[in-house]
Amino acid sequence: MTILVIAEHEGGALKSATLNTVTAAAKIGGDIHVLVAGAGVAAIAAEAAKIAGIAKVLTAEAPALEHHLAEPLAALIVALAPGYTHILAPATTTGKNVAPRVAALLDVAQLSDITAVVSADTFVRPIYAGNALATVQSKDAIKIITVRGTGFEAAAASGGSATVEAVAPAADPGLSSFVGQQLSKSERPELTSARIIVSGGRGMGSGENFALIEAVADRLSAAVGASRAAVDAGFVPNDFQVGQTGKIVAPDLYVAVGISGAIQHLAGMKDSKVIVAINKDEEAPIFQVADYGLVADLFKALPELAQELDKK
Amino acid sequence: MKVLVAVKRVIDYNVKIRVKSDNSGVETANVKFSMNPFDEIAVEEAVRLKEAGKATEIVVVSLGPVAAQETIRTALAMGADRGVLVQTDDEVQPLAVAKALKALVDKEQPGLVILGKQAIDDDSNQTGQMLAALLGWSQGTFASKVELGDKATVTREVDGGLETVALKLPAVVTTDLRLNEPRYASLPNIMKAKKKPIDTVTPADLGVDTSPRLVTLKVEEPAKRKSGVKVADVAALVDKLKNEAKVI
Repeated sequence: MTILVIAEHEGGALKSATLNTVTAAAKIGGDIHVLVAGAGVAAIAAEAAKIAGIAKVLTAEAPALEHHLAEPLAALIVALAPGYTHILAPATTTGKNVAPRVAALLDVAQLSDITAVVSADTFVRPIYAGNALATVQSKDAIKIITVRGTGFEAAAASGGSATVEAVAPAADPGLSSFVGQQLSKSERPELTSARIIVSGGRGMGSGENFALIEAVADRLSAAVGASRAAVDAGFVPNDFQVGQTGKIVAPDLYVAVGISGAIQHLAGMKDSKVIVAINKDEEAPIFQVADYGLVADLFKALPELAQELDKK
Repeated sequence: MKVLVAVKRVIDYNVKIRVKSDNSGVETANVKFSMNPFDEIAVEEAVRLKEAGKATEIVVVSLGPVAAQETIRTALAMGADRGVLVQTDDEVQPLAVAKALKALVDKEQPGLVILGKQAIDDDSNQTGQMLAALLGWSQGTFASKVELGDKATVTREVDGGLETVALKLPAVVTTDLRLNEPRYASLPNIMKAKKKPIDTVTPADLGVDTSPRLVTLKVEEPAKRKSGVKVADVAALVDKLKNEAKVI
């Protein structure tokens, strides 16, 4: 068996979701190759070659691949597919965009968002917002899979010494073009790889009030997240959203502030190791999953929490 | 331009999901069903395009049992013009859905297909991308804004923020939550929708083999979290996090 892992990278660096996907590949077993596609990716390929357990890194460079557009990236992966039994991508917005296109072009099914590997053809994936876990067997010759990062530990980023080989990019189908992007800039850790996350919900009342969340997050070196309600209300941008259709996170500590705990939000964070809920409504469903619940007015509790964390 | 919208009948998002005791699936008997929320957004977007004079006709398609007619009827009440039910009682997986939709697109020749980005039952997030692949069309997934001109300019919700792409038409667009807020159908429109036509075809009529490629071996409940404790104040909380959970 030979497995192709599609590397996720941004701003000239490999994204950590790639490492979790490599671990999923290792659980399937066999040789693991990593594809780094983009424009000017030599440094990223060198970084990928150091991942423990990788046999080979493939690089494909073309202007059309620079922004990970689904159409040219899928064409490339389809051209490489005959050499592989499994093709794995992180279940990020890039992976979710391209993998089904690849699967349909190969006339095979896709397994989305797997959280465990049972065997080379059988996998576990959450359905119904994680309220049920399905064990699913694929009958297809090539298995196209997206991997939920929280289901697998990150592979070691160093220790490997894979060979790097350039492959020809496929012809750009010329169907789409990149116009621009507005990426949230933050000094804080990224949501999906943060050790601690402090999230705010509708109870925050406004975007300005997220400063109270940030003050606590700063003291914990934490990422800041939000519920769908807070994003829909325009308090924070879409990339803050944790939940069934937003980001799936499983940090060591998740602090939910002013979040009632709709199942769609719980789906995105209930695998966190320790959950803290701060809410003035003691009946809020979030308390049913919280290890530590504090029934309090968040506008009082958050400044107190920041102060308490300053004490040594 | 004709717009085709795909809608799925799913267990209502407010229903508490129960896994069947024989682990064969989830309980669907006596459970409320409604239109997949992302598909409501897709229908709304199509109706807005028609109201803006950019779409001429909206055809809404659903795959599923006879009861999926109700889902189509909901879309017609929101403003779609006519429906097509691809009727089947079997489980239909995303690849087969995409093939059935492709057959209908070949027949209807729309300039744009809009789908929800994922169904909240199987959470696959595949059908739109697969349909675009089978048609050889461009795809704009997870859209939070769609502008139609010579091309479709689609703003997409991505992990790092927002990204804008220009798509050659015809194109497939899948909706994210912030694209629009779906309307409630008014009573007169619900009455009017009853007179709008719904065609019924079968997957076989479309030449599509729907046999599943993925076999679900079992469906289980996830492990429950142990119930936690309430703490009296912020100081007690910090103490627990430091000394009991040892996470800060």
